[in-house]
Amino acid sequence: MPIATPSQTIGPFWHLIDDPEWADLTRFGAAGEQIVLTGIVTDGLCQPVTDAAVEIWQTSPEATEVFSGYGRCRTDLTGGFRFKTLKPGPVRGLGNVLQAPHVAIRIFARGLLSGLTTRLYFEHEPLNQTDPVLSLIDDDERRRTVIAQQVSPDVWQLNIRLQGDGETVFMEI
Amino acid sequence: MITETAPFRPIVPRSQPANDTPSYGSTRLRHPMRPALRIPHSVTETTGPQFAASRFGARTDLSMVAGGAAQGERIILRGKVVDENNRAVPHTMIEIWQANAAGRYAHPGDQHDAPLDPHFHGGGRVFTDADGWYQFTTIKPGAYPWRNHDNAWRPNHIHYSLFGTGFGSRVITQMYFPGDPLLALDPIYLATPDPDARERLVAKLDLNITVPEWALGYRFDFVLRGRDATPMEQA
Repeated sequence: MPIATPSQTIGPFWHLIDDPEWADLTRFGAAGEQIVLTGIVTDGLCQPVTDAAVEIWQTSPEATEVFSGYGRCRTDLTGGFRFKTLKPGPVRGLGNVLQAPHVAIRIFARGLLSGLTTRLYFEHEPLNQTDPVLSLIDDDERRRTVIAQQVSPDVWQLNIRLQGDGETVFMEI
Repeated sequence: MITETAPFRPIVPRSQPANDTPSYGSTRLRHPMRPALRIPHSVTETTGPQFAASRFGARTDLSMVAGGAAQGERIILRGKVVDENNRAVPHTMIEIWQANAAGRYAHPGDQHDAPLDPHFHGGGRVFTDADGWYQFTTIKPGAYPWRNHDNAWRPNHIHYSLFGTGFGSRVITQMYFPGDPLLALDPIYLATPDPDARERLVAKLDLNITVPEWALGYRFDFVLRGRDATPMEQA
């Protein structure tokens, strides 16, 4: 049986047709609770990663023609990304266990030969206590690397550290 | 369209490049030090976006901009996208981007001393057809220096981005050209440990794709991750 094609780095000079509109997942008129997801990507020296493509994917609310559930954002000179999207609700996981509301994240950048995968959860969600993926992270401090903080009523912030102290929990899927 | 929910098969060892690859200098401060957490595949990983072609318009001919022909050697890229179970992946979005014939990207960060081409932008998009086939017309990109090591030059390459049927099959990669002597010197190409796997990143010259008196054709196929035939329910 064939084996999947190898990944290669996105490189520093990526340019794609929908950049930068793709950072707004509501641009086709999707209705729902609009939120902003923001954060800063830093490297092993705490320096901003200014050339990354941050992508998000969410299965809640369910994808439609006006809401693809997918977004892409180029990090700016501060390493910052900012998405406008709809607040996800809980979704079923394996064994019909309810997963806490979350957004999947993938990061592509110069220096990353394969994209990195993680998730963004929302603080104060009761389901975080029983979420099957968060439960796999036994260290409280490590768990906090994937839980966004609510910095204003509709803005959630999650900083992403690629390497070193406070390194984000990345996931193999 | 049928939504598949079976988990993807695990990644085959040595078939993918490690992010900790010291010969590629930019990895040094960017690769995570801790092993990735293996998580069970849920609907988040097994499903993915299904882009409406009506909202994400195709751009399959990169060799012309505003009625003007780009400088360089016109080429046709054609291939088939299948999964690890050898099933065609229809109607999936493919995006490409590349340097121009002189080896320069139409990107403000690229300051390589080579000319920009007003008739070349270098970004394309297409959806595979019902049988998983795609095709672009473009120009052959040039090699360019990149300062990774002394006298470092990237081999000619075209960047590809594919989605497939789920978040777990998303991949960004690069297509290379056959016979390029720079491949043997390129730490990015060489980062995939299994030689059979990395050689699949090299397109093949194909006279059946070539249009006589007009453009050479190259065949470049993809294999995206396949799903487990017998999904395991986890407690």
